Amino acid sequence: MNNLSTMITMTDVEPAVFPKKLEVSDLGFCYGDTQVLHKINLSVPEKQVVAFIGPSGCGKSTLLRVFNRIYEMYPKQRSSGEVRLDGENILDPRYDLNRLRARIGMVFQKPTPFPMSIYENIAFGVRLYERLPRHTMSERVEWALRKAALWNEVKDLLHRDGTQLSGGQQQRLCIARAIAVKPEVLLLDEPASALDPISTLKIEELIAELKSDYTIMIVTHNMQQAARVSDYTAFLYLGRLVEYDKTEVLFTNPACKETEDYITGRYG
Amino acid sequence: MVDGIFRFLTRAAAGLTFLIVMGVLLALALGAYPALHKFGIGFISSSQWNPVTQEFGAAPAIVGTLITSFLALLLAVPLSFGITVFINELTPPWLKRPAAIAIELLAAIPSIIYGMWGLFVFAPWFAEHAQPWLTEHSAGWPLLGMLFDGPPMGIGMFSAGLILAIMITPFITAIWREVFALVPAVLKESAYGLGATTWEVIWKVVLPYTRAGVIGGIMLGLGRALGETMAVTFVIGNAHDISPSLFMPGATISSTLANEFTEAVGDMYLSSLFAIGLILFIITFIVLGAARLLLSRLRAKSLQSAAA
Repeated sequence: MNNLSTMITMTDVEPAVFPKKLEVSDLGFCYGDTQVLHKINLSVPEKQVVAFIGPSGCGKSTLLRVFNRIYEMYPKQRSSGEVRLDGENILDPRYDLNRLRARIGMVFQKPTPFPMSIYENIAFGVRLYERLPRHTMSERVEWALRKAALWNEVKDLLHRDGTQLSGGQQQRLCIARAIAVKPEVLLLDEPASALDPISTLKIEELIAELKSDYTIMIVTHNMQQAARVSDYTAFLYLGRLVEYDKTEVLFTNPACKETEDYITGRYG
Repeated sequence: MVDGIFRFLTRAAAGLTFLIVMGVLLALALGAYPALHKFGIGFISSSQWNPVTQEFGAAPAIVGTLITSFLALLLAVPLSFGITVFINELTPPWLKRPAAIAIELLAAIPSIIYGMWGLFVFAPWFAEHAQPWLTEHSAGWPLLGMLFDGPPMGIGMFSAGLILAIMITPFITAIWREVFALVPAVLKESAYGLGATTWEVIWKVVLPYTRAGVIGGIMLGLGRALGETMAVTFVIGNAHDISPSLFMPGATISSTLANEFTEAVGDMYLSSLFAIGLILFIITFIVLGAARLLLSRLRAKSLQSAAA
């Protein structure tokens, strides 16, 4: 397995067409004494969608949580190796956390609207970084809600409690909230797994829309979804990156036996 | 069948609680009747408390109860907030358990111990070091000067409020810790993930989310402060006066009851004590009712904005 993961290289990504936004090198991760990620190497091209797939516990969510260092909330979690965002190592403790999280936004599996109005849910994040006059803030809120394809549904309810929206609306609110601070990278951790099929469809359409402005990394346990929304797919297994390739290649002509077994449903 | 018995037992238990409350209220009302009948509504506003002439009024005890409890909340709420945030969010892991256990131990200390500590340790120190300084530096200020005026005796309303604050802080903290722990980790992660600082997460996300529990904690603390007897009796000075200065001795309803029941001679004296007991009951009832009202208002407000 070790040989496998080191065998996979970044050559399939075309740096000439899409500049590298994020480069992961020799990334490892531990929960206490348990190593859950081993020597991950991959690079993410700008304004593309990268999907991470693999069976439960393979480390795909953990990998995503490294990219905005959210794991630092928990004392026993540690990372090693490097993740370079536009060439700068964001795992360096000297890299400012607030700056990192302004550049890399995250949306979680369960919708997490804050206990405040829809408007405030979005303004909250913006205020952390910018002092905007009232009308500019309103414009920003509208802009973010439009981007998240939620504006038409909530434009008359902006002062309604965000926690009272439907699940799908809540999740788009969370996406709007993440977009509102104008990040460069969006991390989506199974963003549609708690939603009904129609909401899921909307989220997927949204991802396709957002791709023109953002680099997107999405964790999903739904392989069809990965195939539908992503340009590149990474298959993780037991904390190692088994294969990383263009989505159409990985799904039609996988290089590794494990990948083939997984995508054809033989385990996981 | 078993289900029926179970239902009956639980219903009986619930009914019993209700009966006890009613019984207490009735006993208090019966005992208080002679005094209330004689002094009328003036009982509440009169500051006479004279066993010799058998003239009684509840004003000093009511004022003392409200002021010491308010002072206790004023000091305890910010303190509890600081402790809760520190233990839940900021402590290094190795310190977390010891700090939490220390707080729980504080909550478990019998109130008489606080009273002894207040009288024998705190009051002398306070009289010697803190009071003169406060009096001197507040002199000339419009309100503070009045509040901190008076002889440095160590005991008085301020000391009582302070001891109460120390007593209710672990209570409020223990409740808030539980309540804060109920906030879903992923909600906090989202806020941190946006780049919020610990302060912003606590203030803008955790507190609104836990609003009901936070207010509930304050109200439980207030309930304890209103009814606390021994510790207050030790340090408040037990004088039936209303004084603008917090450094002067005063009395609360509970301290009056504890002090004077054994020596109450005469029916009117005894009945007056019952009457202030009834008033304490009602104050507590109003506080709880106000808390409920506040909570339902908050809830109605969020529902209203939802409907709008």
